[in-house]
Amino acid sequence: MFSSIISFIPRAVVQGIPLLFGSTGEMLTEKSGNLNLGIPGIMYVGGISGVIGAFLYEESLSSPDAINGFLAIMIPLLSSALGSLIMGLIYSFLTTTLRANQNVTGLAMTTFGVGFGNFFGASIVKLTGSDIPSVALTNTSQFFKASLPFADDLGWFGKIFLSYGFMTYLAIVVAIAAAFFLKRTRGGLHLRAVGENPATADAAGISVEKSKYMATCIGSIIAGLGGLYYVMDYACGVWSNEGFGDRGWLAIALVIFALWNPDIGIFGSIIFGGLYIVYLFIPGLALKTQELFKMLPYLVTIVVLVITSMRKKREYQPPQSLGLAYFREER
Amino acid sequence: MAKANTASAKTAKAPREPLFHIVKRSSLPFYKSWLIRIIAIAIALVVCGILTFILTGENPISVYGTMIEGAFGTERKIWTLLQDIAMLLCVSLAVTPAFKMRFWNIGAEGQVLVGGLACAACMLWLGNVLPTAVLFIVMIIASMAAGAIWAVIPAIFKAQWNTNETLFTLMMNYVGIQIVSYFAMAWESPKGSGKIGIINQSSQAGWLPTIGGQKYLLNIIIVLAITIIMYIYLKYSKHGYEISVVGESENTARYIGINVKKVIIRTMLLSGAICGIAGFLLVSGTNHTISTSTADNRGFTAIMVSWLAKFNPLVMILTSFLLVFMDKGASEIATVYRIDQAFSDIITGILLFFIIGCEFFINYKIVFNTKHKKAEIAAGAADAASSAKEAE
Repeated sequence: MFSSIISFIPRAVVQGIPLLFGSTGEMLTEKSGNLNLGIPGIMYVGGISGVIGAFLYEESLSSPDAINGFLAIMIPLLSSALGSLIMGLIYSFLTTTLRANQNVTGLAMTTFGVGFGNFFGASIVKLTGSDIPSVALTNTSQFFKASLPFADDLGWFGKIFLSYGFMTYLAIVVAIAAAFFLKRTRGGLHLRAVGENPATADAAGISVEKSKYMATCIGSIIAGLGGLYYVMDYACGVWSNEGFGDRGWLAIALVIFALWNPDIGIFGSIIFGGLYIVYLFIPGLALKTQELFKMLPYLVTIVVLVITSMRKKREYQPPQSLGLAYFREER
Repeated sequence: MAKANTASAKTAKAPREPLFHIVKRSSLPFYKSWLIRIIAIAIALVVCGILTFILTGENPISVYGTMIEGAFGTERKIWTLLQDIAMLLCVSLAVTPAFKMRFWNIGAEGQVLVGGLACAACMLWLGNVLPTAVLFIVMIIASMAAGAIWAVIPAIFKAQWNTNETLFTLMMNYVGIQIVSYFAMAWESPKGSGKIGIINQSSQAGWLPTIGGQKYLLNIIIVLAITIIMYIYLKYSKHGYEISVVGESENTARYIGINVKKVIIRTMLLSGAICGIAGFLLVSGTNHTISTSTADNRGFTAIMVSWLAKFNPLVMILTSFLLVFMDKGASEIATVYRIDQAFSDIITGILLFFIIGCEFFINYKIVFNTKHKKAEIAAGAADAASSAKEAE
């Protein structure tokens, strides 16, 4: 029993980290009043941009051994951030500057982003005229997966807390930083004001457009890192089309589950990750019953959504102007 | 004169006039708004052509030729195109009444799937038991009921507790998908395949009949009928009026005595039931089987179709044609030039960005604050001041 829990927790964490990146990014975005349903697409773009960066870097090397650890980490990180940033800019431009409908824009972003990811995932090798059969960035991946050298010596403690690559800790740090920013800083207060009531924030001298742009773009970059983590750490640097699956939507579900609090999101992501794979740890499940277990995260989210709307507790509600475009001259 | 002085002093004091400001248009004649949309689509097509050129190195003109070839190339392709338009249109019609009410039903994917699942269940269990006419009635009712139930759950919570419907319906999709995935394995045939396979292959019980020698003709006719009914329902019925009032302002609706909760629940029942019909047409009239990919993301694409058509059912025929055409054309390009099929998603995405963006120029106009205009205002003020003096 104990040993199965010990092996369960790390797997739940590994499943949860992409969701944590995605939901932290989406929370920042939603706090500015933008309901970005393009997050699944952005996570695909974040993943594939990192892959493209790493691929080009590995191709430029004379031999696989010449790889530089620092560059192998920084190049994918930066190219992933750049890809997601462009997606965030497209979304902000359409919804904030051009005041387009957020739901439609978000869904179009998801169509585009998933297509972008799958297209380049399948054809980058062909497009660059390389002679290898498929994208397998195991050399880059080893740097992303590297855990602390003494983790194995610490038994169960090492396994639960120290057996992960650096991006796992990065996700937690980012989530804590986002929570601190939102709750404890003036900038966070301004951002929340924009999400609750942009007209009031505007009257108070806060630039609504700037806040929305900043929150959405930074949120996109964070969410894109979730895609990068998935490819480089979880999937060992191997891109497979549709491999990322519905994790982007799960990240949006996690936003609701965590009640728009990035710090609750840390625990929420591990719970979601656990729910996502719990069927593997229940003995004697038929294959078809496993499919029913996979809906657990969504069911739990619905329950949370319903309960919070019934209780009407103010701090646990979605931002009031979520999904609405702001136009100053409109009454 | 003094007045003019203070006015000019004010403009001098003002720190920095913005270069332009944005004004909401009252309304634009429909030909102008369509001109803007057509320009946007044309620009999008040019961008897509350039992108295809970069990726394939092919002459852009022949790229468009390939797209048209992919959509209209053979008689069979034309029928498939029409069938796909009809299915997308059906789901779009389903979500429209909800959107008009500003209820963001993005759960059409799940509603179509459970509708199709109910239909498949009837075909499996009752297919060779009931007489054909009764069987079809049972199948349609079951599909509509399943879709309606899936849609009304979020509606009840929205009406009662104002639960966020966008997020609720989104989550319901995945519950629906997993249920279909479960039954696909529970009813698998042959055993171990994980798929249901073609239902009633030999007896063809519960298959929509072929009319006029065309497999899809009946589907298309049914969807056309729904289109016209929906147009009349939204435009000329009392229900349609109530829906648009609730959509414009819930407070107004309440004030003039519309029962908002009732309208929300009734409209979502309708929305879900039509999604159920789409599921029925897909299972009984098209695939004769069901899997998690039966709805094929139409639930999401339909949202864009409906929105692009400004919730007008007749215009939706055009917008769903546009999206299906781009999809078919791009996947033909992918096949011909041997690039990945996901290419069509990229093309669709670019087209959507442009159409979404162009709405801004229909709803708003940009007014530049030129120096000439400022001078005009100042002169106007001076005139007014001097004429006031003269009057004294």
